[in-house]
Amino acid sequence: MAGTVPLFRMEGISKRYGGVRALEKADLTVEPGRIHAILGENGAGKSTLIKVMAGVVSPDEGRMTMEGRPLVFASPAAANQAGIASIFQELSLVPELSVADNIVICDPPKKFGMIDRRAQRRIAEAALARAGADDIHPCALVKDLPLSRRQMVEIAKALARRPRILILDEATSALAAADVARVFSVLKRLRTEGLALLYISHRMNEIAELADECTVFRNGRNVATYAAGTRSEHEVVELMIGREYSHVFPAKPERDFRGATPMLECRNLSWTGRLNDISLTVAPGEVVGLGGLDGQGQRELLLAFFGVLRGMSGKIMVNGRAVRITSPAAARGDAIGMALIPEDRKTEGLMLPMSVRENLSFAALDRLTTAGVIDRAAEQRMIDDMVKLLAIKTAGLDIPVGALSGGNQQKVVIAKWLMRQPGIILLNDPTRGIDVGTKQEMYRLLRRLADEGAAILFYSTDYDELIGCCDRVLVLYDGAISRELTGSELTEHALIASALNLAGGKPGVSPGAAA
Amino acid sequence: MKDWRYWIAEQRGALLAFGIFLVMFTIYTSNHPAGLTANVVQTASNKGVLLAFVAMAQTLVVITAGIDLSVGMIFILTNCLASWLVVGTPAETALGVAAVLLAGLLCGAVNGAIVIFGRLQPIVATIATGAIYFGLALLLRPFPGGSVNEDLADALTGRLFGVLPASLVVLVMVVLVVWVPFRRSVTGRAAYATGSSELAAYMSGVPIRRARFAAYSLSGLLAAIGGLFLTFFTYTGEAAYASGNAYTLFSIAAVVLGGVSLFGGRGSAVGAIFGALAFRTIGDLLFVFDFDPLWQPLFQGVVLLFAVSLGALALFRVRNRLEWFG
Amino acid sequence: MSDTTTGGRIASRMPAFLRRADPAVATAFACIVLLLFLGGLYSPNFLSPEYILQQFKVASFLGVIATGMMLVVLLGQIDLSVPWVVAMGAMMACAAAAYGPAGAALAIPFGVLCGVLIGVVNGIGVAYLRIPSMIVTLATNAVVQGLMVVYTGGFSPQDSAPATIRYLATGFAVPGVPNAVVIWALIGAATVFALTRTSFGRAVYAIGNRERAAYLSGIDTRRVVMIAFALSGGLSAFGGVLLAGYASKAAQAMGDAYLLPAIAAVVLGGTSILGGRGSYLGTVAGVILITLLQSILSVMQMPEAGRQIIYGVVIVAMLLLYGRAPANR
Repeated sequence: MAGTVPLFRMEGISKRYGGVRALEKADLTVEPGRIHAILGENGAGKSTLIKVMAGVVSPDEGRMTMEGRPLVFASPAAANQAGIASIFQELSLVPELSVADNIVICDPPKKFGMIDRRAQRRIAEAALARAGADDIHPCALVKDLPLSRRQMVEIAKALARRPRILILDEATSALAAADVARVFSVLKRLRTEGLALLYISHRMNEIAELADECTVFRNGRNVATYAAGTRSEHEVVELMIGREYSHVFPAKPERDFRGATPMLECRNLSWTGRLNDISLTVAPGEVVGLGGLDGQGQRELLLAFFGVLRGMSGKIMVNGRAVRITSPAAARGDAIGMALIPEDRKTEGLMLPMSVRENLSFAALDRLTTAGVIDRAAEQRMIDDMVKLLAIKTAGLDIPVGALSGGNQQKVVIAKWLMRQPGIILLNDPTRGIDVGTKQEMYRLLRRLADEGAAILFYSTDYDELIGCCDRVLVLYDGAISRELTGSELTEHALIASALNLAGGKPGVSPGAAA
Repeated sequence: MKDWRYWIAEQRGALLAFGIFLVMFTIYTSNHPAGLTANVVQTASNKGVLLAFVAMAQTLVVITAGIDLSVGMIFILTNCLASWLVVGTPAETALGVAAVLLAGLLCGAVNGAIVIFGRLQPIVATIATGAIYFGLALLLRPFPGGSVNEDLADALTGRLFGVLPASLVVLVMVVLVVWVPFRRSVTGRAAYATGSSELAAYMSGVPIRRARFAAYSLSGLLAAIGGLFLTFFTYTGEAAYASGNAYTLFSIAAVVLGGVSLFGGRGSAVGAIFGALAFRTIGDLLFVFDFDPLWQPLFQGVVLLFAVSLGALALFRVRNRLEWFG
Repeated sequence: MSDTTTGGRIASRMPAFLRRADPAVATAFACIVLLLFLGGLYSPNFLSPEYILQQFKVASFLGVIATGMMLVVLLGQIDLSVPWVVAMGAMMACAAAAYGPAGAALAIPFGVLCGVLIGVVNGIGVAYLRIPSMIVTLATNAVVQGLMVVYTGGFSPQDSAPATIRYLATGFAVPGVPNAVVIWALIGAATVFALTRTSFGRAVYAIGNRERAAYLSGIDTRRVVMIAFALSGGLSAFGGVLLAGYASKAAQAMGDAYLLPAIAAVVLGGTSILGGRGSYLGTVAGVILITLLQSILSVMQMPEAGRQIIYGVVIVAMLLLYGRAPANR
């Protein structure tokens, strides 16, 4: 296979979203008959890389070639044409159509201008068999299948396109163990058939079993490519570590929270298989971090506290008292005094076309009104205080909040909740996509709020931040707390290792990990 | 191995509508003073097919997760147009029929173009175009009148071989010529995919715009077939505002009864046809039980309100309240 | 984004009421002036104070109905039950008035209450059952129609409007200003106050912009939606009461002529059909614009057909200018 022209190559690919660099001069070479694993921590640029290859986003610069010929994709369909099929984390199946309809959706077989249903059935059955999922009936509707079966259909759909390169982005994350084993044997067979496979996974054991070679991404760049098995897990984690910037974090006070009555506590919290038996406490004055890879249940956990989820089991307690929170309105009420800084400020935190003023006072309006009429003088006073406290930079209070910079928008989201002086503050990745200066202000603010007695539960995808800000970090894996890290255990290495659910006891990871 | 089960699951809505219709119709005929005669069937069929055509028209748009509030007005407009054009020698009549169908297609295409390329909300866009179509109808027929080729009208509203209602035969033919090919075509599948999940459809490279445009255009065509039949029954054209509104409303009712999801992606025109026939029979049931016909609109309204509320049952399955907000 | 800031800078030099006006409202007012000008060319009567006052009076009925429609449209919803709720308000008020002096006293509240009830049904369907508003309101419209047909026996209702209602619609409490105009002004002032100075108004705009964000801010969004629909039903019914007073009696299809104009007035006044954006001033402009258009078309003896076509074309054209959804991708 030492041909001079590789099957697929990308060179110097860059992609920016606003001011954020997702990919920075990334290179990648893909050879047929090999399984190539891509590794990297949250935000290292893996997803963007895949999207570029699949034609979902177009790169700002750089070039891609297939067997030496240049490639430019205008749409996902164009990438398909070129022989690149991908299986995304968010599924691309049409729920109301049957399995067979979905498998051939890109290019159905036709007879007299109509779809040839018999041929379609044959193709679908063949593709399902090839994907090792011949127990799925081609006539079943996709929406009736459980998630793991849908993932198999997704694989069959990709195979039906006869691709030369198959990209699997976390394709096994929704699968049961038996399915994983089947998928693996299918992937190995495809490799012998000469397909090039690009495999993204956070499960190190899967990569160890499957991959022929691995490329590690960090900060949007490929930092190392090596033949599988030539690096230890410890070395791999070291390669993934190392963000360019380092922040100045406020000092953590030496305090022992173990004796205090927790302000927020939950016991055996479970929800539809996405949260599994979670118990945690947050004391007043404590900043507790939630770590782990994206999508391990952190978002759901915060929503569960905030009264958004239905059908939970387990107990939530505030100040030692069991409470039932059935809506955000109840959560923010005086009896509980909770605030949630949501994940996506543009769709969940703010009403972008409305003014800065209206957004700032919105969550606290019930405290600013008598008989429903807003006391505008009181509103103005509180808004002025907040703008000063958080140093919100705005051209005026009556311009749309959407005109502010990302960092200032985020400050508005936080300010709108601080107006209620909440005792419990839940934050869902509040520093995503904002500038370094604002981040530092936010770290100081968090510590100050904690010092004033607030209980803070803080989910972040940035490991640096968790280490610098939190008194304690709970690492989630698959909807359950896999590890708790405090004090000197709180290192980037330990965070990544436990996020990947590697067993403890590796060098640099303190022994006796998951309690 | 159990293909028929999947087939039944897929056609559940249509089968349910068929069941409702069958039960209603049995009750209707068994209480009808004349009983089950060819005459009774012919009358029922002639009344039913009008709504059936309009409901089919609505179905096509609803499948793409849109809505067409102008179907009733296209129906009225084509009725008025037919009362001018579908007259004279067989050749002239044929030409007239073609012109009426073309006019319907054009109305639908205008709706589609405004919704797809103008990026307007289907609700408001079709309310506005509905006003235009009604205005045109009024322009054509400020007063009820006109005529139609009576030979053709009698042939299509009469009986074949003394028993089979001709209108029903035409309905079946339209299903075979318009609906089945659409359903089996790539465009038709794209319409379903678009209605079910536009994002997934886009990711799969489905021709979204073509599908929506085809759905709106064919919807206009089907409404025009309904308009033609209205002319065949009444021999006149009339720009009746209330009637157009009622047909729009009933088409939505029929679609919901026929198991077509208003959120798009699920259901079939066949289901909607049975929904329409069932809805008509429900209305007529009151007659055979000697209820005051005055109660008919109320009865139909309540059935409609009940039918649309059924969709809310899915709400109890929502575990994350944020899903309420789409 | 830079547009917004430049716009903001220029706007801050303008008087307060103009600062709030967006281009759609300005265009609507410009169209009103243009229509008056064209009318004036046709006949100088169009510029006489009597004519203009008469137009205000006619506009006030549509104005009251459009106020309710605007509340609902601000939420990103629509109320298609207007036609028969208008008729119901009129019929029920006239019917109540037939029951002696107590009935006459309660006639107006009773008519309005009936509308509120239908609005609540709409609101439950939209907010709690999450049925698309277009569908629920179509269905309730059918139900109300059915109720009214049963009630009247299919004939024109016989009760005539009592003196109080006629006075409300046609009398002059303030010399020179018809009562209907005063009522519209009061309702309008209350609406402006509610939309700009109360937490309910803020919630309405917030839900129209992003219901998810409003919900996560701890607002009971479902209750707000239901109240808005109840208000819309009540205002439609009240509009019907006034119309009954104007025409001295209720009539079967009296509401049919108000659905499209109400939506058109709201949309032409710059309120986004997707919700969250719009001012009452715009709705006022839209109402006057529609009324003038109607009046001029009828003075010019434009037949109903032409009026319908012109409506439809004007609405589509204005929407294409302002109401387009953002291009995806």
